Parts: sequence; C-alpha cells; structure tokens
Amino acid sequence: MTRDAYTWLYAIASAADDRPDPGRLSGVAGERPRLLTSEGLAAVVGSVPPSDFDATALQQHLQDPAWLEAAVRAHHRVVDVLAQSSHALPLRFATLYHDDQRVLDLLQQHRRAFQAALERIAGRMEWGVKGYLDTAHRPPDEDADSTGTPSPGRPGTAYLLRRRAARDQAGRALDDAAERAGQIHRRLAEYADEATEHPLQSAEMTAVRDPMVLNGAYLVGRGRAQGFTDLLADLRQAHAPALRVELTGPWPPYSFVELPTTDGGR
Amino acid sequence: MSDLSPWPTSGSLSATPRTGGPPQPANLADLLERVLDKGIVIAGDIRINLLDIELLTIKIRLLIASVDRAREMGIDWWEHDPSLSSGQRDLALENRRLRERLGELEAARTDAATEDGSRTGTERPARSAATRPKPTRSGTTGTSGTSASRRKGTAP
Repeated sequence: MTRDAYTWLYAIASAADDRPDPGRLSGVAGERPRLLTSEGLAAVVGSVPPSDFDATALQQHLQDPAWLEAAVRAHHRVVDVLAQSSHALPLRFATLYHDDQRVLDLLQQHRRAFQAALERIAGRMEWGVKGYLDTAHRPPDEDADSTGTPSPGRPGTAYLLRRRAARDQAGRALDDAAERAGQIHRRLAEYADEATEHPLQSAEMTAVRDPMVLNGAYLVGRGRAQGFTDLLADLRQAHAPALRVELTGPWPPYSFVELPTTDGGR
Repeated sequence: MSDLSPWPTSGSLSATPRTGGPPQPANLADLLERVLDKGIVIAGDIRINLLDIELLTIKIRLLIASVDRAREMGIDWWEHDPSLSSGQRDLALENRRLRERLGELEAARTDAATEDGSRTGTERPARSAATRPKPTRSGTTGTSGTSASRRKGTAP
C-alpha cells in the first residue's frame, strides 16, 4: 500500500478558540501544518512523505541525532505556538496516522475524552524544576582534611580509609540532597494544580556532572505563574548551599496530557 | 488570550521562542524528555502506539540513553574528585619509590663484601635507609653524599 502522505498529528484544540493559523509555521517535514475540524474539535496536522516517515525510514532517522533534533524542535515549535495562544493538547512526537480520515475518526470517537482533557489543562502551563546536588559548594568535610597529613608507614591503608570516608560522605550528601528534593517537590506540588516527576537524567544527558536529585513537572495556571516562581525562589534560597535548583518553562503541558485510551479494543 | 500574560503570547506567530522572563526550554534533553513520552532515561525501546485506530508503531532506539545504562547515578562521581585522584597518584609514586629502594637494598646486600671501590654506588642508599625512616626525594643524595665523604675523610 503506497500513499502520498501520512498525517502527522501535532496537537488537538478546541475548534471554538480563535487559534492562530498554523499554516504559517513549518512542520517536521518542512510542511505547512493545517487544521482538521470535527464537531468542536480541531486537530493540527501535517502531511509528511512516507519516504521519510514510514516505520523503517523513521527508525533510521531517529538514529541520526541531527535529524532527530531538527524534527523534535519543529514539532515542539508548532505545539508551543498553539499551546500558548489557545488551549491545545500537545501530542507526542511521532504520532502518525495513515491519512486525515483516521484523525477525523479519532476526534469523533474520543470527543468527550479530548474535551475533558482540554478542560483540565485550560489556562495552564507546565513548569519544569530540576535539582542537582551541588558538589562544588559542598561544605569541606573533616575527613578530606586528613588527606594532607601523611600516615606513618601505611599509605595503602590510609588511602583506602580515605576513600571509604569520602564515599560515605558522598552518600550522606546525596541522601541529604534527595531529602531536600522531596521537600521541594512536595511544596511545589501543593501549589501546582498537578505535579509529576520525570526520571532523573544522567550526567551524559544533562552535561552536568553533579547528580540530579529532582526532575519534576508542575501544571500551573497562567495567573499563578508568578506565585510559582516566587515560591521556587524561596525554596531555592532555603536549600541553597546543598542543592542547585533550575527552572525550565513554561512548556506546553506535555507531561499532563493523558490521551484517551481505547474503549476496549487492543 | 492576550490577557493571559505574563507571556507575550499569540498575535505574532513568530516561531522564535519567548524572550525575557523565565529561562528558555531550549535544552534538547528536556525537550526530548517531554516530547518523547516517557523520557530518554529509559534505555531501550520506546513504543509509541496511542489509541488503536490504525497508526504506525515505531520503535525508537534511543541513542542518547544508551550510555546511561553503564553507570548508576552517584556511583562514579567521586572518582573524579581531585583530592582523591591526586591521592592515587601519590600512592603510585610512593610504590615506585619503594620498589626502587628495595631493588637498591638487595643490590647492596649482594655487594656487601665489596670494599671501598663500590662504596659510592651501593652504600649510599643503604646508609640513607638507615638514617631516614621515610624516603624523601631530593635530600637523600645530598646527605648520603656528605656522610660518605665524611666517612671517607675519617677512614683509617
């Protein structure tokens, strides 16, 4: 079965909103996104060539960091613009359908669920908060001072003892940081409408050598964004020497969109 | 929608991200984490199949995550700690020095019967070992040298 184009789904919005014309954006394949409307819902879609986006081609592309980055950024750009100017459910990267009709079927079949989800995220944005154990500003520990004094006669033992002390100390610092991260998360989650935690990222990904101890996402109403950042500033100060806290966002509420699952089926 | 600030929103459809105010969500790792469902930390395959209207199922092998498996968080960072790695260097150095000294001592023992001629080569380390419990770098040759010459002078 060959087709001219697959349909790439960016976001689903309420058709009633006066939403920006997505045609002025550029999609993952450089295409112009367009709207498909069905009974009060609108899907923002793009037509992408199967030569680049069928399962095998896409899988190959995904191995290519340059391609992946460009495509992911393009996807995000479309979603971001829509999410800012209207209520839109941001969809995950690579949500592909065989053609427009499939998308229309989807809208029709899950209309209630989509509307409920739109309701849930209406007027809210997602903020990301990451916390790192700040090893650079760790208070000097008394164990490390012993490295300076030569131990008489048994350098090997002394070295091992030193290593163990340092390891224990690092473990304690990490435990402490994790504890603080938990406190921060609870405070922010109380303030936010919804909260979730992403898996901690590794140092390879973040390019930060300090271990990550918090990777939270928070759904916050736009009107309360200032309060959220203020609260974060307080928390940051309270945990300052031990923990380094970073804020990202606002994001489209990617982390808070539960797409309606199938009614049975599967 | 424009009343929903603090973001300078809508109106202009420029694809460039917001400026001013909060930090940019420009970090690719963050972006991938959100855009690619359950994050890039989970190594292996991520299957994207939403809803069961026919759609393509794609397995994404995450290049970025593959490195992650190798290490657990927090296990290795102290290996890079400067104080510890320098300690390791000291230890290696000290070991090497000890090995050298041991070699010299054994050489000295085998030559123990030899007379004045071999004095400079073999006795020096033996003497220094006797007088100083710890091997210290530059001082060793100097002191042993002087002691040797003194000895030479007072020799019968």
